[in-house]
Amino acid sequence: MSTPFYVSPQQAMADRAEYARKGIARGRSLVVLQYTDGIVFVGENPSRALHKFSEIYDRIGFAAAGKYNEYENLRIGGVRYADLRGYTYDRDDVTARGLANVYAQTLGTIFSSAGEKPYEVELVVAEVGAEPEGDQIYRLPHDGSIVDEHGSVAVGGNAEQISSYLDQRHRDGMSLAEALKLAVQALSRDTNGTEREIPAERLEVAVLDRTRPQQRKFKRIVGRQLSRLLEADNAAVTKTDEPSDEAPEE
Amino acid sequence: MEANPRSTGRLPAAFLTPGSSSFMDFLADHSPEMLPGNRKLPEGIVEAPHGTTIVAATFPGGVVLAGDRRATMGNMIAQRDIEKVFPADEYSAVGIAGTAGLAVEMVKLFQLELEHFEKVEGATLSLEGKANRLSTMIRGNLGMAMQGLAVVPLFAGWDESKEKGRIFSYDVTGGRSEEHGFAATGSGSIFARGSMKKLYRADLTEEQATTLVVQALYDAADDDSATGGPDMARRIFPIVTVITDEGFRRLSEAESSGLARSVTERRLEQPDGPRAALL
Repeated sequence: MSTPFYVSPQQAMADRAEYARKGIARGRSLVVLQYTDGIVFVGENPSRALHKFSEIYDRIGFAAAGKYNEYENLRIGGVRYADLRGYTYDRDDVTARGLANVYAQTLGTIFSSAGEKPYEVELVVAEVGAEPEGDQIYRLPHDGSIVDEHGSVAVGGNAEQISSYLDQRHRDGMSLAEALKLAVQALSRDTNGTEREIPAERLEVAVLDRTRPQQRKFKRIVGRQLSRLLEADNAAVTKTDEPSDEAPEE
Repeated sequence: MEANPRSTGRLPAAFLTPGSSSFMDFLADHSPEMLPGNRKLPEGIVEAPHGTTIVAATFPGGVVLAGDRRATMGNMIAQRDIEKVFPADEYSAVGIAGTAGLAVEMVKLFQLELEHFEKVEGATLSLEGKANRLSTMIRGNLGMAMQGLAVVPLFAGWDESKEKGRIFSYDVTGGRSEEHGFAATGSGSIFARGSMKKLYRADLTEEQATTLVVQALYDAADDDSATGGPDMARRIFPIVTVITDEGFRRLSEAESSGLARSVTERRLEQPDGPRAALL
């Protein structure tokens, strides 16, 4: 066996980070936004069966960009973690913060262990509170860090550009239709600044709705309900062409 | 691989193993001591509260499942307002007779098993699949059952593929059989079944079906000391649930007390309840 070349630790980590970032950037981006009744997940996803968003627990949702098999694995791990915790203690004792911590530890250990290839995923864990102030959104990059986000967050390929677009336009107390419209606008801007149309069939939308009477607040928005929301919002736009401070009625 | 994967704080290997959508399989792999079937059996006979009568009946468009509120320990009433009918998921419910403590744990695990499958797979189990899952859980409890800690549920749900309400009954060994029309389990089940046998018709409306199960519970309480009748003084009424294509619904306090009151009032004039035709 020949002696391996010396690679400085900084260089090794930088290479791994670069590898993971490139993998994530290949995937389409997705956004997670707060609105008045909860948290909405919006992404472009041509598949009906392979989801980017899913339910983890009563109030907790999961979103992921990057390599499907890796984030699917983490998603199932998260469901098992949450269900086990809820079974051992109580349903109220399952929190997004706890889950985000476990994900961060897992991603961090994998990222820094030389024996494993880093995961090419970026996750978002969100929990809807009883009041908007109780909402929590955590972004988990590939290296095991946790970022506590407020209002809106984007992950995936074009994330930086999309999140700066969202940061400028997102405000508290948006209706679902408004938030959805903003999300679709943000997603349909390409890297070079041109806009393209994303048809409703290619959108994957889910919400954590605090007003849902059921214990489980996660719900996918599909088909007629989705197109109605998108249309409702076009109508609102044509009606009030000028951006007004008053929220249009739902 | 680390020697002790728990030490790093990352998710242990069992959490990230792909393949299984069952929460019970995961528990068996990761912390088998938490599964009810894996506990050491107690010696001798254990005295514990027992839940009593559960009844169910189908009607065109759904199924009703109801239970009385009494738990007994020997000849003592252990609890007057126990709840023995639970939603299993959005389209099914389970009512349990037998050792109350074990039954509640079994239901909790069963609910979680269905929810876990739904979350992991992104689709719900078929009604048959759910019924079989419950069978496995009861079979796991056989050792306990031999020592007098039996759990005998009644499972009812809306079958989305067949578009009708269905009832499954079980024995202590996990044997499962589908019941057509109506079914009962628990100590008062003999009387409840007799009552429903005379009153049941295949073309009941939802309201009639709920009245039927309340009548059956009244008859069970009438002849079985372990089954509790409607308690007017304490305002404790049977739990009545309905499952249709719109999902699970538990009758509100007002609805079930209304039903129980009208049944009781008629019984003041006719203590043995409505009469069926002789021929």
